[in-house]
Amino acid sequence: MNGVHDMGGMQGFGAVRPEPNEPVFHEWWEGRVFGMTRLLRVGRWNLDHSRYQLEWLPPADYLRMSYYERWFTRLVKRLLANNAVTPEELERGTPAAGTVRATPPVTVDMVPSLVTRRGSARREADVAARFTLGQPVRARNIHPTGHTRLPRYARGRQGVIAIDHGVFLFPDTNAHFLGEKPQHVYSVRFAAHELWGEQASPRDFVHIDMWDDYLEPV
Amino acid sequence: MAHEDHDHDHPHGHDHQAVPSDLTLRVKALESLLVEKGLVDRAALDTIVDLYETKIGPRNGARVVARAWVDPAYKQRLLTGATAAIAELGYQGGQGEDMVVLENTPHVHNLVVCTLCSCYPWPILGLPPVWYKSAPYRSRAVIDPRGVLREFGLQLPHEVEVRVWDSTAELRYLVLPERPAGTERMTEEELAALVTRDSMVGVAKVPAPTPAAGAR
Repeated sequence: MNGVHDMGGMQGFGAVRPEPNEPVFHEWWEGRVFGMTRLLRVGRWNLDHSRYQLEWLPPADYLRMSYYERWFTRLVKRLLANNAVTPEELERGTPAAGTVRATPPVTVDMVPSLVTRRGSARREADVAARFTLGQPVRARNIHPTGHTRLPRYARGRQGVIAIDHGVFLFPDTNAHFLGEKPQHVYSVRFAAHELWGEQASPRDFVHIDMWDDYLEPV
Repeated sequence: MAHEDHDHDHPHGHDHQAVPSDLTLRVKALESLLVEKGLVDRAALDTIVDLYETKIGPRNGARVVARAWVDPAYKQRLLTGATAAIAELGYQGGQGEDMVVLENTPHVHNLVVCTLCSCYPWPILGLPPVWYKSAPYRSRAVIDPRGVLREFGLQLPHEVEVRVWDSTAELRYLVLPERPAGTERMTEEELAALVTRDSMVGVAKVPAPTPAAGAR
């Protein structure tokens, strides 16, 4: 979707402000929200779907909220949407009377493997690559209303296949549980001139990872 | 250019919004609820938070970089098969499943961003800093990379090629920074201590060692 999350090339957000000796979490609650999000096993869920749940936030909310506040909002929405908790329980912080306590799906002994587990989006599927190294390609000018990883600033622009990363599942369908549709992902090299016009440095390039379905031959 | 520099004082220019004071209470209530319902195990929650606060961070990436600086064969494996080479040092897992390493040279400077969200190589750099996830960095890294680098104190010569890598897929990028001059006699461990997180994202170079050994 053409959401406010698709920020590449936007202007007016001001300077980047690095923070010396920044802590991993600035507030206690940020770590808890991060951890609960990782440990929860409720409803249908995958990484692409989880990204879509953030993109779907109203633009003004997205910009106003801090990063982990967005995660908190997504976490609560997921719990409510799957009837894992009720609004009344959220309000009180205690389970409704008569609730049978479940067995936690992830216990402390499982955490190390959860963190180091290889959950790659790479697929072994035997899918032919539509493009070859060095081939000029154009990013399609498409505007899907669902999840996509094709940034707006690249649509309609011409680049060159720089790397074939192999076959990966396709986020545009996977995010909506419409199948993995495995296909090749390439690093496509765009001249900054092509993306941003004459103002850009002729020595600047942007490499964008793109699925086969995002590209057309030139 | 002088006009652009005034943008630094833009009033809305960062993501450090004040957090509503009730978020701590709301999260505390949610955690109690999920623990009591048996949806989340509190010890598991403590453990995963602690892992990312104390174990999984940029020191891991620094060891990878230092190894590549002292061992040409390792560097070659890192540049051609990054995921396996990084796993040789024991680092792997979520958000690092498919790694690519980009070598900075005197002629090419690589810079990593995720314009669409916050993709970042967790097993070797930890969770991303606020600036990496912020609107200013995500919006400008692709359209004004040299301006962003100047804000980090890095002025690149015009003849250096800048390559910005937008992490739009599940590949995760680590920059292999240039080894600074004056480090020829340093051990691998001493070199690792020099390597900064920012140099592995590509927003800085690794600073040359100082006699006071105060490099962060």
